[in-house]
Amino acid sequence: MPNKIYHKKLVMTGLAVFIAMMTFPFWYNYGKAAPAPKLELTKEAKEAKVCIRPTDVMRTDHMQILDVWRDEVVRNGVRMYVNEEGKAFNMSLSNTCLECHSNKAEFCDRCHTYTSVDPYCWDCHIDNPKEKKDE
Amino acid sequence: MSNRREFLKVAGVAAIGLGASPVIMNAVASSGGEQSEKQEVQINKGENALSARQWAMVIDTRKLKTAEDIEPLVDACHKIHNVPKHEIKRHEIKWIWETEFKHAFPDMHTEYLSETAEHSPFLVLCNHCQNPPCCRACPTEATFQREDGIVLMDFHRCIGCRFCMAACPFGARSFNFRDPRPFIAETNKKFPTRMKGVVEKCNFCAELLAEGKMPACVEASNGAIAFGDLDDPESEVRKLLKENFTIRRKQGLGTEPSVYYIV
Repeated sequence: MPNKIYHKKLVMTGLAVFIAMMTFPFWYNYGKAAPAPKLELTKEAKEAKVCIRPTDVMRTDHMQILDVWRDEVVRNGVRMYVNEEGKAFNMSLSNTCLECHSNKAEFCDRCHTYTSVDPYCWDCHIDNPKEKKDE
Repeated sequence: MSNRREFLKVAGVAAIGLGASPVIMNAVASSGGEQSEKQEVQINKGENALSARQWAMVIDTRKLKTAEDIEPLVDACHKIHNVPKHEIKRHEIKWIWETEFKHAFPDMHTEYLSETAEHSPFLVLCNHCQNPPCCRACPTEATFQREDGIVLMDFHRCIGCRFCMAACPFGARSFNFRDPRPFIAETNKKFPTRMKGVVEKCNFCAELLAEGKMPACVEASNGAIAFGDLDDPESEVRKLLKENFTIRRKQGLGTEPSVYYIV
């Protein structure tokens, strides 16, 4: 009797329960994708209108830009960044980026949480020059 | 393809075409680029940045006789660099500190030292050696020698193995056994802190030199410390070295320290 399954009822129910539980997160969350986070700009950022590069470049490439900054500043001692418009910036996360984007919780963290990335920049770099002053 | 001869001819031409295509594409791209107004993104050294072939320091110990003379220099450095103050001695972090003559210059110690050498404190810091043993010990090149001679830490790369601490004959390096943040009394918002598990030391104020300023201890020293380019015969340090007899720490080890002491 090669095709017989012993305890067929038990096995089949067990299997059904297992599959139902494994796929639970998929069908439970089906059709309700978490909305993309809304970023809040500080007053300074709103007034400036543009960041160091166009907004869509910043949105997709800010991590690469920061990576280049980090290496250039630390390894090569080069600290000035001149963008397409010829405007110069000091290559510094705390002193340039966060000077304008002083609301880390509403600006940086929202997207980072949404996309489940955990950058360790703030283990050392002081996250929020202005907010801390108010404390 | 009629025969092998024909096939090889075609294949050869195709290979040349493929090989030359990046050159052709570049030429096309650059000629197109000239038409658009926008320039490329550039990175430069700042306009005010100070540069040198080999930064060096001359400390006039005749002007730094007591602990009261030295304290403000240490405070100035530790304050701007967010150096934590640990009560437990074995957790201590120091960039610049005072020590006794016999510890600073053990190879020059005798039983019959002059009174000043015997009793006055000596200011010591990373020597920014021209031949730094720490950089050779570092497995990740987290500590490295810059073109201007500064021996710098790249905290992003440090894995906390402490080989550099074992390699440094001057004890100039400290390890963060604990998260330093709770132990920083007043945080300087312009300079990062460190995290648990990295080694740190004096950076010759590379961040101030980039802005055209002198190191913090030099500024706080009222002329007791001179700082400049060892390679430039007209620099202040070279003038002082010419006029005064100077010593360096543990010179016999061949690390070639860049910090000189007038005694």
